[in-house]
Amino acid sequence: MDINLNDLLRRYRSHPFEDYPVETPHTGVVFLKVKEGQTVKGPGGEWLHRPGTLLYVIERERNAKRITALWSGQVSGIRLDIEGQFVEAGELLFSIRHQLDKEEIIDRILTQVLYILPAPQRARYFLAPEISAKMEKQPKEGVSVESGDEVLIMSLMKRDTVISYEGVPGALYKVYFKSGDTVEQGSPLLGICPPDKLQYVQKVIRRIRTEWEK
Amino acid sequence: MRTDKVHMADSGKLLSQLADRISYLIDIKGNSEWSNVGDLLGRVQGLRQSLFEIKEADLFEEIDRIEDRVSFLEDRVAEKLGPAEIVNIVRSPQRFTLMDILENVYDSYTELGGEGDCNIDPAIVVARATISRRVKNKLYSHQVMVIGHEKGRGEEYRNGGCARPWGNDKALRYMRVAETEGIPIHFYIFTPGSYPIEDYPGAAQQIARNLYVMAKLKVPMVSFISEGGSGGAEAIGVSGLRLMGSRSYYSVISPEGAAAIEGKIREGEKVPRELVKHCAAQLKITAEDNLKLGTVDRIIEEPPLGARRDDFPFFHRLRYEMLRATDEVVLKTKNFRAFRAYALKRREEEGKEVPEDFDLFIGWSLTDLEIERLLEFRLKKYMELGKGYFLENRNILTEGIRKTKIFASKTYYDLRYGLLRPHHRNVQKVIEEVSSEGSVFLRKVTEPVRAAYDFVFPQPERPGKIVRSEGPERKSIFAEEWESYVSPLANEDCTVTCPNASKYGCLDLWVPDLYGEFCGVCPNCGHHFPLEYQWYLENLFDKNSVHEFNDHIASCNPLGFQGYNVRLKKDIKRTGRNSSMITFDAEVWGLRLVVAMLFSNFRGGTVGTAEGEKFVRACDVAGTTRRPLLAYIHSTGGIRIHEGTLGVVQMPKCTLAVREYNDNGGLYIVVYDNNSYAGPVASFLGCSLYQFGMRSSRIGFAGPRVIRETTGQDVPPDYHSAKNALRRGHIQGIWDRREFKKNLHDALMTLGGPNLYYK
Repeated sequence: MDINLNDLLRRYRSHPFEDYPVETPHTGVVFLKVKEGQTVKGPGGEWLHRPGTLLYVIERERNAKRITALWSGQVSGIRLDIEGQFVEAGELLFSIRHQLDKEEIIDRILTQVLYILPAPQRARYFLAPEISAKMEKQPKEGVSVESGDEVLIMSLMKRDTVISYEGVPGALYKVYFKSGDTVEQGSPLLGICPPDKLQYVQKVIRRIRTEWEK
Repeated sequence: MRTDKVHMADSGKLLSQLADRISYLIDIKGNSEWSNVGDLLGRVQGLRQSLFEIKEADLFEEIDRIEDRVSFLEDRVAEKLGPAEIVNIVRSPQRFTLMDILENVYDSYTELGGEGDCNIDPAIVVARATISRRVKNKLYSHQVMVIGHEKGRGEEYRNGGCARPWGNDKALRYMRVAETEGIPIHFYIFTPGSYPIEDYPGAAQQIARNLYVMAKLKVPMVSFISEGGSGGAEAIGVSGLRLMGSRSYYSVISPEGAAAIEGKIREGEKVPRELVKHCAAQLKITAEDNLKLGTVDRIIEEPPLGARRDDFPFFHRLRYEMLRATDEVVLKTKNFRAFRAYALKRREEEGKEVPEDFDLFIGWSLTDLEIERLLEFRLKKYMELGKGYFLENRNILTEGIRKTKIFASKTYYDLRYGLLRPHHRNVQKVIEEVSSEGSVFLRKVTEPVRAAYDFVFPQPERPGKIVRSEGPERKSIFAEEWESYVSPLANEDCTVTCPNASKYGCLDLWVPDLYGEFCGVCPNCGHHFPLEYQWYLENLFDKNSVHEFNDHIASCNPLGFQGYNVRLKKDIKRTGRNSSMITFDAEVWGLRLVVAMLFSNFRGGTVGTAEGEKFVRACDVAGTTRRPLLAYIHSTGGIRIHEGTLGVVQMPKCTLAVREYNDNGGLYIVVYDNNSYAGPVASFLGCSLYQFGMRSSRIGFAGPRVIRETTGQDVPPDYHSAKNALRRGHIQGIWDRREFKKNLHDALMTLGGPNLYYK
């Protein structure tokens, strides 16, 4: 937890991007459909059901597979030499430089600063009644949890299991799920902020929200 | 001074009326540029603003000039009133609505199931009303149930008269109330279409349920159409007499919708006005066209530019016509001669002024025998719809042979099931009862002796004999498949990607494997790739058991829709078939059944007059031969728009045929595959008591694009999936293609009982 927030911020300020490599899923002949520097869009629509921009077509066994962008951003480092060539699986074609927006940066900083409680298995999760009652009365940053506190109820196959918090004591800073949602194994459920860092984190987030351009 | 004020008030009123008339002209023509009507409206509004600044004499002179001009323009519009203009008349906010009818046609009314916006669905209004007639200076009143769409006076909650599924359900509930009370129902149709949502009870399924119930509703029903938008209109449209306003439209699809399909307009793009006009003319939507086609029975004359809210002479006429129409439906069930005399009198009266008095009072209650006749007439009327608008490619000899065959089989099956089977069953029942009675009596006598014997000489217990059920011998579908039929799709040497590959990590599939051994099913996630209908003919039914009938009935172009003949011929040539429906006898592991199959290759599996007729005849064959009826829907895109309302009336026609078949004891099962949408699902398919969906199939009322355009909301990509249809209670189960035959056999055995036929 010994992270210098200023360093983190500086890093994101100097490089507010995330580079997503675009690699071939399997062997085949590649036909690129984008150019260097082209802006591409990720999946859209309320349910992300509209596919993103067509990136390339990979053909294997006369099966032309259209691969679309999973992130929005700019195409960079495109390898034009492989156009129309046979490639192996996992071959890097280009990267999509995705510009991080304010919320994405906050999310990334929080995942590094907060103590994250991940889902032990794929199940439906509910906040413990005491916690949700406390959250209704006061802002969630004011709800503190300690090691051994019952914070969650995991509901699986009609069996409810109480999950106790094991970790550093702190304020319940972020809840990553809606009560009753099914959460995949390993996905974050709660983010707890140690009390000594709470004010500092809040200050940094406020700064990002007000000062960041996009 | 006082007189001046009155005059000023009059001029204000006159200007307001003129403004209304000009706005109405703008509504009809669809734009304000026509003959500068927009400028004319500007002049009127200018006069209204400067009413007290102009001299009275000048003002009235100007008003007279504008009035003359407006009257001239109105006459010009009335002279050349095309179908597109009629659509605009119907959609004008000045058009009369159901509430106006309730106020002006009926003496009194009480709205049922909610009032105003406090209603389960304000787009449907149900009211218990009284309507009276004067006979020789004496007033007689009748009780009726009024059910109709209310477009509203601009209220958003009315939803423009688009009924939600629960609104149609409300209508159905009160139809049943009318049936309990034995009072006639007057339906008023003012809908551009049903609201396309799938939430329970489901747009399509509820319309189908309404049609199914209305088919045998034991009360006289009369409907009046002002705006008949396809399925939405049918939901409350089955009736003994269908009336239509002379400036109304009744159509399979909105002209804009037809134009978007015909012009292949992409979503979000504007449909050209000329194309909309062209489609409105092609669809034959006017009252005269519908009367010619036989889809409505009578036209009620409206003023040349259509009736408006304050058109009291029209309401007077409507009241008279509704009374007369109800009389006619009632009288048909009574003495035949009386009806004939009445009809003759009616014909003489047509076109005349509406009389103030009626000659005689006709009671609207029916006896049991009359109800029977009412239902018979209704069935007959609907069975006749669309006749003569399909081709029957047969010569006299073959037609004679066909008729003889039908007669012979009818006689044989009537004898076998109608005469001998009941006796056989009665005798069997008596034997069963006697033997069970006898065994009880004997057991009472012998039990003490047997107990004493068992006590003295105890016997060791023996295991009982295992009785194996003599089910059909079941072979692997794969073995049969290799022997008989492999999809031609399997002939390509390539791979395909499963659409669920990113979700479930399915590997690419080699096409010969996929369409051969795997029956077109992804072995990893179970996604069903579409297969041609021939695959089912070969693999679902026993070998050589499929015998097609009525293949001589062919689709044609009854409306003379421009450019449709070429497309129809192309489809006939490509598929080698005459229509999108195939009807045949078949066997599933020895169980004989009649099958009606809609397939996608021919005009997208749409239903027109030929398909409707074939379906009705399949119901007849299944009824005569006492066999279960299976509707296997390989794919259907709805009602064929090129056949206009002739296609729409196939909805009630086929539903009535299903109801007749079911009531006579038939077992009707529907299985949906691939995509099934719109009219057929909202009628003869959705009304089935037992519906199943194949995996990866989609079932619904309107496709996502139509939903987006109508409701302005997007729907999730799996909105119409079979799984969601099951969740909403629209279907009873989801079947896997690889086990289709077994599932179908099980369903027939389980649902059909010992005889596969209830009675």
